[in-house]
Amino acid sequence: MLDAIGVASIDELTKVPADVALRTTPDVVSALPESEIMRRFEMLASRNRAATMTSFLGAGAYRHYCPPAIMSLAMRGEFLTSYTPYQAEVSQGYLQAVYEWQTYICLLTGLEIANASVYDGATALAEGVIMALAATGRRRVLVSRTVHPNYRAVLKTYCDGLDVAIDELPLAAHGATDYSALRDALAEKTYAAVALQSPNFFGIVEAVPEEMRPELKQSGTIPIAVVAEALSLAALQTPASWGAQICVGEGQSFGVALAYGGPYVGFIACTNEHLRRIPGRLVGRTLDKNGKVAYVLTLQAREQHIRRERATSNICTNQAHCALIATIYLALMGASGLRDCAAQNLRRSHELAARVTRMGGFRMQFEAPFFNEFVLNVGSRAGDVLTALQSRGILGGLDLGRFYPELSDCILMTATETTSSQEIDALSAALKEIARVPTHA
Amino acid sequence: MHDRASPLIFEQGQPGRANRYVASDATLEGYLPADAIRSDLPLPDSTELDVVRHYTRLSQRTFGIDTGFYPLGSCTMKYNPRVNDAVANLPGFKDLHPFSPDELSQGALQAMYELERSLASLFGMAAFSLNPAAGAHGELAALLIAKKYFAEHGDDARTTVIVPDTAHGTNPASASMCGFKVVSLKSDERGRVGVEALRRVLGADTAVCMMTNPNTLGLFEDHIAEITRAVHDVGGLMYYDGANANALMGIARPGDMGFDLMHLNLHKTFTIPHGGGGAGAGPLGVAQRLVDYLPTPVVRVRGAGGDGASRDENGTAFWLDYEVPKSIGPVRSFWSNFAHVVRALAYLYANGLEGLTDVSRLAVLNANYVRVKVQKFLETPYPETCRHEFVASAADLKKETGVRAVDIAKALLDRGFHAPTMYFPLIVPECLMIEPTETESKETLDSFVDALEEIVVMAKRDPQKVMNAPEHTPVARVDETRAARHPDLRWHPPASPA
Amino acid sequence: MAQPADLLFSREHEWVKVDGDSATVGITEYAQSSLGDIVYVELPKLGTEVAQFSTTGVIESVKAVSDLYTPLGGEVTEVNESLQNDPALVNREPFAGGWLFKLRLKNVSEKDNLLSPETYAQLVAEAQ
Repeated sequence: MLDAIGVASIDELTKVPADVALRTTPDVVSALPESEIMRRFEMLASRNRAATMTSFLGAGAYRHYCPPAIMSLAMRGEFLTSYTPYQAEVSQGYLQAVYEWQTYICLLTGLEIANASVYDGATALAEGVIMALAATGRRRVLVSRTVHPNYRAVLKTYCDGLDVAIDELPLAAHGATDYSALRDALAEKTYAAVALQSPNFFGIVEAVPEEMRPELKQSGTIPIAVVAEALSLAALQTPASWGAQICVGEGQSFGVALAYGGPYVGFIACTNEHLRRIPGRLVGRTLDKNGKVAYVLTLQAREQHIRRERATSNICTNQAHCALIATIYLALMGASGLRDCAAQNLRRSHELAARVTRMGGFRMQFEAPFFNEFVLNVGSRAGDVLTALQSRGILGGLDLGRFYPELSDCILMTATETTSSQEIDALSAALKEIARVPTHA
Repeated sequence: MHDRASPLIFEQGQPGRANRYVASDATLEGYLPADAIRSDLPLPDSTELDVVRHYTRLSQRTFGIDTGFYPLGSCTMKYNPRVNDAVANLPGFKDLHPFSPDELSQGALQAMYELERSLASLFGMAAFSLNPAAGAHGELAALLIAKKYFAEHGDDARTTVIVPDTAHGTNPASASMCGFKVVSLKSDERGRVGVEALRRVLGADTAVCMMTNPNTLGLFEDHIAEITRAVHDVGGLMYYDGANANALMGIARPGDMGFDLMHLNLHKTFTIPHGGGGAGAGPLGVAQRLVDYLPTPVVRVRGAGGDGASRDENGTAFWLDYEVPKSIGPVRSFWSNFAHVVRALAYLYANGLEGLTDVSRLAVLNANYVRVKVQKFLETPYPETCRHEFVASAADLKKETGVRAVDIAKALLDRGFHAPTMYFPLIVPECLMIEPTETESKETLDSFVDALEEIVVMAKRDPQKVMNAPEHTPVARVDETRAARHPDLRWHPPASPA
Repeated sequence: MAQPADLLFSREHEWVKVDGDSATVGITEYAQSSLGDIVYVELPKLGTEVAQFSTTGVIESVKAVSDLYTPLGGEVTEVNESLQNDPALVNREPFAGGWLFKLRLKNVSEKDNLLSPETYAQLVAEAQ
């Protein structure tokens, strides 16, 4: 090969000017044969004790049952190792799968259009807000404090870059958004969007009151529905039904592994009116030159590779493989399976709530309908209770004081269809013990 | 438009044809008020067999690296080793909840730490953040850092980002998302950024200059040290787009070239599978003066780190730090595309420094080999030594025969190859960007060159035949105009209006 | 190739037909053929004040996007609604049914900054 190129060694091809030659030998991990790689990673994996403990953690990442058929399909080499389907003729399989994902998201949210996915729920919210800014020309955004704290923090990061101000709607006493504050804010007519989450971060099912919906519509403020627990879409009234024009959220619940936070899969859906502003890839259905049904990436003129600095977003990669996993999950579960699964989540979370509040000292912080998580007031520092549970081999949930200083005596507890009665028994027994033992010296 | 070849999943299935994955002894009405429950859920129920057949068939209509050669310039379509997936799927990683306490997630944090340290050293940066979910996401985070850096220094005149005309579209798009104005710099006749041309646009308003090296023509920017000096002289920052990092490992480092910020594409250089268009991962690297601005959380270590780390009384050596005072804040819901961190780390372990250096050397060898052969029958606008990729142009062929880059690409599909990148970078007319990567054998490269030559010969003899391609793929050329003029982006249930 | 004699042209391949103090604007045959199949046209809102040569809209084809500049300044009085459902009209009849928008001119003498049909024809010949 060197002869063909006409050089004596590869060095001639790779040489760089002296002023940018390597200053020092880079220090990277040492090479291992593959068998030893497995061993090393098994050792690292074994140090993640939390992965195998009884856990009541949720808060935006949910442990659901993933039928093995999902991975045996998704890990097929053609799906796993293909690139973005820019050459449509050899990517029909993937394109069709994404068209199905887009359809599923529309059917679940009740909206008309959905894109091929974005990175995750938090960035989906940021992108949704950007759409609303472009649609209205307004430079302020309203977000409920019951929206996932990480989503709100990411939104702030993006808005700081765009010099857009964010105002928060306060929490009402029963754990939902204070909607009277929404009424006041809308009257100002300065907000591009209002972002509301249901089930909210506390697991509570909330909705814009019926009587407020007409004025929400008139305000010119675009309602953005946020969904962190996608399974809830199979059970609850759709975001479209209360007037959301954009719905953003996290699809991790649909078969995507917890994997310490990623990769996950964000979705964005919207009404027809916002089609031109939706970021990311879109798959469309058309015909080939012989009249055969064919799928293709479409409306690419919105995207960065064509519009460059005037693109609706800089997003290039979507989360195709995770979207594929989610699509296969939805296909396997079907409407029946999803409804059953949602019902089991409700059953387990309500069973859990009933059991843990049976003991003195523990009570429900909020009286409101909830999906698969709820807030337990433990009557003392939540962090101490969680530490005590941890020493008994149980991850009791999330210390809410981490995000809401006024709730430092509260734990966000989650149960799904994977939570067993035995686990609930174990938690109850542990809490009972902890309640007896003083948590301070 | 019912397609017998591949009906939609929605066109199959029957209500009630459910699988028994979960118990069915509870109802929604038992727990929620009736008006909170949705009345219908128009999703199909299909048996597992029907679903398996459906998606298996779809996979058979999809081309991947596992199927054939994929010389997509700027995408680095190298083999994705299966051991990476095996380690990523270990239950200790797969089932770990992001809110797991640090002391119970030490393996995950150590993996993140090890990858971060290796990348920092390999690319000459002070630190990396593994948070960004993709290259473009890393770019955005980097520009937010630049914006904040200048604000912190009271330097509010920095409004402009300079981008060469060969840049990937995400560069100017990311700049816009941070409120910067974009100035596009024309490349010189050698295809590089000219130092004098750059100096003419530099000024007190320069925030960042974004470059790729080697650039998107596959050429090394030999004046890079001078360029970074010129930008620093006006108080600006240099950003490195790491899409072409496959050409440089063990050979040169962006940090040594003077770059202050960079991203890597783990799904290019580090074998994370492309998965049909994502998920990727775009670690963000910074020079020392920008370390305080990294997105949160940052993985920290107490004591020496690694297996020999000194640990505190809980055995904790690694932890997630959310208190980074000048941080731009978080850029995503959780901490990283962690499964990909594991994959990339496994790849590093499989190679070590020597292996990674071989990767880059072979990538450059393979690209030059293909270049000198292709040059014999297709115009290469920059016929000099390239790095890991090169560009060819069908402009002359188009003038002579009417056959364009897109026609050549489609004809390659018929011959079992994926096409190279077409029509990018924008400065080369009828462009084909070819990046073979290091994982392909000489035999594969030779058969690709032969196929390309055959197509060019055919173009001169019978151009219409080339323009009719592809003829052996599941569908022929697609009517993109129709798709854009009459968008059909989803299926509609029969009872509802379209 | 000769250009319609009753029009004036801009360097950005727009044409304008002036009628007293109002004008009709569109893109030329050369422009539509360079863009390829047009899929969407983003037109200015009625009542918008536009300055000569400023960006007034966007034209999208399948593979490209192009800014639309107005050859003269004034107030937008009408836009071609047919283009919403039939953007291809711009390809088929760039000088007739594919007109884009109409203006009430602010300053008719701005015409002097535009190209005659002959000069524009030359520009197109050089480009090709």
